[in-house]
Amino acid sequence: MNRLTLDLWVGFFVAIGLASLVFLALKVGNLSGSSMSDTYRLEAKFDNIGGLKIRAPIKSAGVVVGRVAEIRFDPESYVAVVGMQVDGRYKFPRDTFATILTSGLLGEQYVGFEVGGEQDVFKDGDVIKKTQSAVVLEKLIGQFMFSKAAGDEGGKQ
Amino acid sequence: MLERLANGCRWLGKRVNDRIWRLGFASRFLLMTLVYSGTALRRFFLTIREIYFTGVLSLIIILVSGLFVGMVLGLQGYDTLQRYGSSEALGVLVALSLVRELGPVVAALLFASRAGSAITAEIGLMKATEQLSAMEMMAVNPIARVVAPRFWAGVISMPLLAALFSAMGVLGGYLVGVRLIGVDEGSFWSQMQASVDFREDILNGVIKSFVFGVIVSWIAVFEGYDAEPTAEGVSGATTRTVVTSSLAILAADFILTAFMFRGT
Repeated sequence: MNRLTLDLWVGFFVAIGLASLVFLALKVGNLSGSSMSDTYRLEAKFDNIGGLKIRAPIKSAGVVVGRVAEIRFDPESYVAVVGMQVDGRYKFPRDTFATILTSGLLGEQYVGFEVGGEQDVFKDGDVIKKTQSAVVLEKLIGQFMFSKAAGDEGGKQ
Repeated sequence: MLERLANGCRWLGKRVNDRIWRLGFASRFLLMTLVYSGTALRRFFLTIREIYFTGVLSLIIILVSGLFVGMVLGLQGYDTLQRYGSSEALGVLVALSLVRELGPVVAALLFASRAGSAITAEIGLMKATEQLSAMEMMAVNPIARVVAPRFWAGVISMPLLAALFSAMGVLGGYLVGVRLIGVDEGSFWSQMQASVDFREDILNGVIKSFVFGVIVSWIAVFEGYDAEPTAEGVSGATTRTVVTSSLAILAADFILTAFMFRGT
């Protein structure tokens, strides 16, 4: 085979190979979506984080505004400390409420920000004071059963 | 009785000794290939020619099997997911299983049987017809002229073929899941993009396929170079290439997966 045809075919092969890599990166992966270059760090303490994982989304009004960067246990106050990277474009008031929520009944867990009304906003390294822990389904069912049983007894008397 | 036992031990010892000797020779051979690969990279046309034979001619089989694997994943995944009412997660299932595992592994297995066996047969026949000795007579190093370009061609082609396989598989899953069954197109792509990470999943897949490329090319050129210079020798070497590289790919895949995806 002549050299030019060979070069042409190999060039074609390399080109579609690289094109499929780009396809995987942009269309299948989230390389284009996660363009959070400018972020600031917030921390929040929770009594119970449930099944929250590193890289879980942080949502406000349903929109992803950041990612969970770090989860650790505080051995002095016995609570979980969640470190978060929040998109620098979004500023949140200092009385924002951080809650651990579940998407759907059995979906993944994420941190929800419920925005307060104060004028001051969080700066890099701040700690969110107002938090609410994850709802543990077993506890909820236990409480429900307990109150149900108590209610039934009360009804008989 | 004792005689037979001693003979058995001797046979076992010889087998083990042979294997270890061959492994040592293969490692020395890989080192020599790397040392003499200057020619293959300076006269790059040699390598381009081999990329044509290993990469371009494997395109059809990679593309078609990628498409079918993706389509089967679409059908099977939908069947299981819709029992739990989460058929929108089909895109995630198809993309993650292709990008992380099936793309690199199946493409490498196909590559070993399509291109690896051809490389071994070619080099083995060159040895059987004494072309390699003739090159040495003319002061041409056969490792630099014959082995290194084939080795590098395999290493370059493998990641590209694996990426093509994964991309075709995702397209196949899309065709079956969205076009044929009717999963919602928006949630198919958006859930896929939300859970496939570029560094964690795609880059690790590329690293895997690169490692598989090195393994398959190494085994193929070594078996060819080490083949007994007879018709049976070459055919045995070709079989050994396919068997050994398939096993090596699967074992290496386990080790790499254990390193890359340990929970978290």
